[in-house]
Amino acid sequence: MMETAPILPLVEIHTGERAIVREFRAGRAVENRLASLGLTPGAPVEMVQNYGRGPLIVRVRGTRVALGRGEAAKILVERGGNGRKS
Amino acid sequence: MAESHDLSARDVELQVGAGVPLIALAGQPNMGKSTLFNLLTGLNQHVGNWPGKTVERREGHFDLNGRRLRLVDLPGTYSLTANSPEEVVAREFIVRERPQVVVAVVSAANLERSLYLVAELLSLSAQVVVALNMMDVAAQEGIVVQAEVLAAALGVPVVPLVASKAQGVRKLLEVVQAVLDGQVNFKPALPEVRADHREVLKRIEALVAEYVPALYPVDWVALKLFEGDAEVTRMMKSELPPEKWSAVHVLLREHDDAFLAVASGRYEWIGRMVRAAVTQPKMGQIGLTERLDRWAAHPIWGLFILAGMLGLVFWLTFTLATPLQDFMDARMIAPFAEWMSGLLAEAPFWLRGMLVDGAIGGVGSVLTFLPVLVIFFAVFALLEDVGYMARAAYVMDNLMHLMGLHGKSFLPLFLGFGCNVPAIMGTRVIDSWPARLLTILIAPLVPCTARMVVVTFIAPIFFGANALWVSWGLVLVTLSLLVSSGALLNLVLFKGQRSAFIMEMPLYHIPNARTIGLLVWQRSISFVQKAGTAILGMSLAVWVLSFLPNGDLNTSFLAQFGKALEPVGRLMGFDWRLTVALITSFPAKENAIATLGVLFGNSPEAGLAEALAATFSTASALSFLVVTMLFIPCMATVAVIKQETHSWRWTFLSIAMFLGLSLAGGTLVYRLAGLFGLG
Repeated sequence: MMETAPILPLVEIHTGERAIVREFRAGRAVENRLASLGLTPGAPVEMVQNYGRGPLIVRVRGTRVALGRGEAAKILVERGGNGRKS
Repeated sequence: MAESHDLSARDVELQVGAGVPLIALAGQPNMGKSTLFNLLTGLNQHVGNWPGKTVERREGHFDLNGRRLRLVDLPGTYSLTANSPEEVVAREFIVRERPQVVVAVVSAANLERSLYLVAELLSLSAQVVVALNMMDVAAQEGIVVQAEVLAAALGVPVVPLVASKAQGVRKLLEVVQAVLDGQVNFKPALPEVRADHREVLKRIEALVAEYVPALYPVDWVALKLFEGDAEVTRMMKSELPPEKWSAVHVLLREHDDAFLAVASGRYEWIGRMVRAAVTQPKMGQIGLTERLDRWAAHPIWGLFILAGMLGLVFWLTFTLATPLQDFMDARMIAPFAEWMSGLLAEAPFWLRGMLVDGAIGGVGSVLTFLPVLVIFFAVFALLEDVGYMARAAYVMDNLMHLMGLHGKSFLPLFLGFGCNVPAIMGTRVIDSWPARLLTILIAPLVPCTARMVVVTFIAPIFFGANALWVSWGLVLVTLSLLVSSGALLNLVLFKGQRSAFIMEMPLYHIPNARTIGLLVWQRSISFVQKAGTAILGMSLAVWVLSFLPNGDLNTSFLAQFGKALEPVGRLMGFDWRLTVALITSFPAKENAIATLGVLFGNSPEAGLAEALAATFSTASALSFLVVTMLFIPCMATVAVIKQETHSWRWTFLSIAMFLGLSLAGGTLVYRLAGLFGLG
């Protein structure tokens, strides 16, 4: 926890990269929906598709979730975090 | 069995009312919940709406060991927090109706996420039986789930299932029976809030405990307050004395991120369950879904695939539905009308006219709608069931942003090119109500085939070789109006808010014929029942107006009405006959041509074109075409707008909007055309 990896919006994660969700800035209602689909702080995500524009797809807790770019910009993550699963 | 399919919800309740055990089916979307529901109830089901909500309510019954059970299919939701009407409906049902058993459908292929809802159901102290569905899909992906281990960890029964192949259903029913007989001992392991928030939650619980309405479990209410659930917050604010509420409020404000602690706590709990019961495959294995999505969800190839799919839909419609429609018209409705008119040869001529032209004409227009509708419903249901719909929404998301909508609105709108009726019924796939309402309001701006019939008849008369360009121009203008009115309505009605695009991309799977068949059947029946009666009534009314007082359309009330409206019509370059033609296009758009035929004493096949060309200027004709594109949608469409919005207010708003739009559009085009010397 001490070494602080840079926190960046989910939209900056490239296809195939992994990241860990750190925090949301999306407002209660949206955050609730994200949480019910598995996106909570600490959740490892993998970017399935991100073409640099338009919506993107992430895999989180075994589910593929499509997110609008606006929504994804409000999810802050930390790059990496693949040590747990592979 | 089959005889009860037309029972209304009230009849079902009367028939199987009090004392009949009530079972609820809960589950997240894409878990195969509907498949299980259809499997259990067959045709003994009724589709309606939850009181005061635009959420579909499906209820049915089935017999188990000689005892009748009521089964209610709760809306598919990811959680039970008051984010959407579906979620409120689902949990209020569990709290108020207290079903004896809640069968929670989860996917073995996706246990981690699907147990989230189970966690919520258990906190509601429901008697949950977990239906562990999609065991086959899980096996395919190399996932092994041990049902007994999961049952032991959860403390509730777990039954493995392959609903699409009807495997495991007998066992599930045995367990349901055992629960009803009180033979199952529920010791559910409840999820807890993340450790750092437990203390605060206890304090909130203590503060509200004695004020919670009897229906609700106290710890659940405290948890929902903690999660910032809007409905529960409102309820407790009015239940608690002000000083208690402000104490609670301070605690909640200090911990406004608490809902994340609650959600994380649930996932910690899920993690324990999954670790115990599930063996995951080695990572790096790429499934079928992923491989297909490289194409179907690609920003460019995805659009090509979508275009291909949609082309296929229209090809199917034109090769299957149109001949069927013609066949019904020529071989069923026309001979029936003839037979009827022979039968009534002795009857007063007004009766014959009313029955043959009014009633049969009206019913006929409903019936000839059906082939197109059935095909659209079927293709739509198929694409949805396979999982393609989510991909179409995904690739269209960018374009739909222009209107403040997101991807999910695209397919319903596209269906509108065939017919606006399935377009408006198809908006049920849109999960947020404002987005759905907006889509319903603008959907009639998609030019349907019936309107194109009028355009393709009139345009060549006045524009000759340029008719094709004029028709394309009309379509383009209408579609750009769709985009701009979408953007405008979004700004005015919803203050520019766009609902968030957050959507699961389900696994592709083999479609289930039963699910699709039942969906098509239910939607068609619901159209015939609701829209059909409205259309019949309206066609009768229009017929009566065109007949009274002395049996001649030229001097009828309708004509007098048209003449009275002539000053308005003149703004758009219409005479009374064009005005009357426009009014009679309300029962069905293509009526406009038939009416002109009657008014000019010519059949559309011979002579009408010449008569029209001799009577009207090009400017009037162009204005008439524009007005036809923008006028009040046809009766069937208005009827489904009412049916889907459950509101006269929105229905009338829609009518007023199109009335205004067509008046303004017609006037503008007529004046402009005059300036360009087409007058």
